[in-house]
Amino acid sequence: MSVALALDAGLALLVLCVAVWTIGAGPTFAAVVGFVAFGLLLALVWVRLAAVDVALTEAAIGSGVTGAVLIAAAARLRLTEAPSAAERPSATLRLAAVVLCVLVFAGLAGLVLYPANPAPTLAPAAAVHLPELDVGNAVTAVLLAYRSVDTLLEKVVLLLALVGVWSLAPDRFWGGAPGILRPARTDGALVLLGRLLPPIGIVVGVYILWVGAIAPGGAFQAGAILAAMWLLVMIAGLRDPPEIGHRWVRLLLVAGPAVFLAVGLAGFALPGGFLSYPAGHAKPLIIAIEAVLTLSIAVILGLLVAGPPERERRR
Amino acid sequence: MRVLLDIAMVLAVSAGAFFFLAGTVGLLRFPDSLTRLHALTKADNLGLGLVVLGLLPQADGYLAALKLVAVWLLAQLAGATVSQMIARTMRRGGQRA
Repeated sequence: MSVALALDAGLALLVLCVAVWTIGAGPTFAAVVGFVAFGLLLALVWVRLAAVDVALTEAAIGSGVTGAVLIAAAARLRLTEAPSAAERPSATLRLAAVVLCVLVFAGLAGLVLYPANPAPTLAPAAAVHLPELDVGNAVTAVLLAYRSVDTLLEKVVLLLALVGVWSLAPDRFWGGAPGILRPARTDGALVLLGRLLPPIGIVVGVYILWVGAIAPGGAFQAGAILAAMWLLVMIAGLRDPPEIGHRWVRLLLVAGPAVFLAVGLAGFALPGGFLSYPAGHAKPLIIAIEAVLTLSIAVILGLLVAGPPERERRR
Repeated sequence: MRVLLDIAMVLAVSAGAFFFLAGTVGLLRFPDSLTRLHALTKADNLGLGLVVLGLLPQADGYLAALKLVAVWLLAQLAGATVSQMIARTMRRGGQRA
């Protein structure tokens, strides 16, 4: 017990130190590296809290995909970094930041010092209906059955984020291919990795999706892994990013949310409610929705990292 | 037999931890980026390999053991690729650090 406690305390201390270092780091790129390390350590914390689903998501999305987006952003900002370093936020802004930080700290301290007893939980209620859904993983049940409208909206938000990135494109490049970040010269080691890793990564991604019904895993994590493999292939220069005006790209982007919405609307006709599944068919429907969602999430995340189009569309 | 396996595990994992420690010391103490990279990758591959070797007898069946070995191989592949890329960038006169 005491060894585990010491390990946990060390881990918590490490997370705090990396967080402080990330905020204090000078160059943007160094801060991004700190952020990625912070995310991976945070994933370990979630594992220690027995929330493996959250840990997988944190490692894949919070650290991996967000880290890739931030590295691309840091590379684009490099030209303007030196002039902007001299700028300082106004006194009012800094004061507002201090007040907000103190409020958050006070709230957290209050929660830790005076915890509700017994702690409020919906876990028993979530577990009671698992047999009806035939889904073994309570997190998947929450995401795709109890609170499926949240998950549906979340996917729409992802699409909106991609539209936001695309809207940064100049008019003449609209519909063209994104200019993904690449090493200046083709790197043999990277090309080798780009050929070796994707077959393994695709198997792992499909496994994470499939196992999500009964164990930690699911569409978001699987989609992030597939996106990572696709990005690796593109960064290694083995395949070019697709033109965003292509019909199959658009189809793949909306396929997941569209299928989700169609199943939801069908719920009105059959069991009598938006996003309610017919009795006995919940599990196949959930797996089908997750499978299509995984593809869409992979394409959305990949294109989010690839950035706005930078080449003219080939006619 | 059980005791022997446990002793082997403790020895291998400790040796792995030692290599991680040595790699970290090298990372902090070596004078330039190439030697630091050398310390880091050698220690990571060997250290993680020894930890995995020590944990193999404790694994829950052949499949779990296979997963452990796969983790080691994938970490080696990623580490080797990244260190190659960093080293090449430096040889081409990229950032000095």
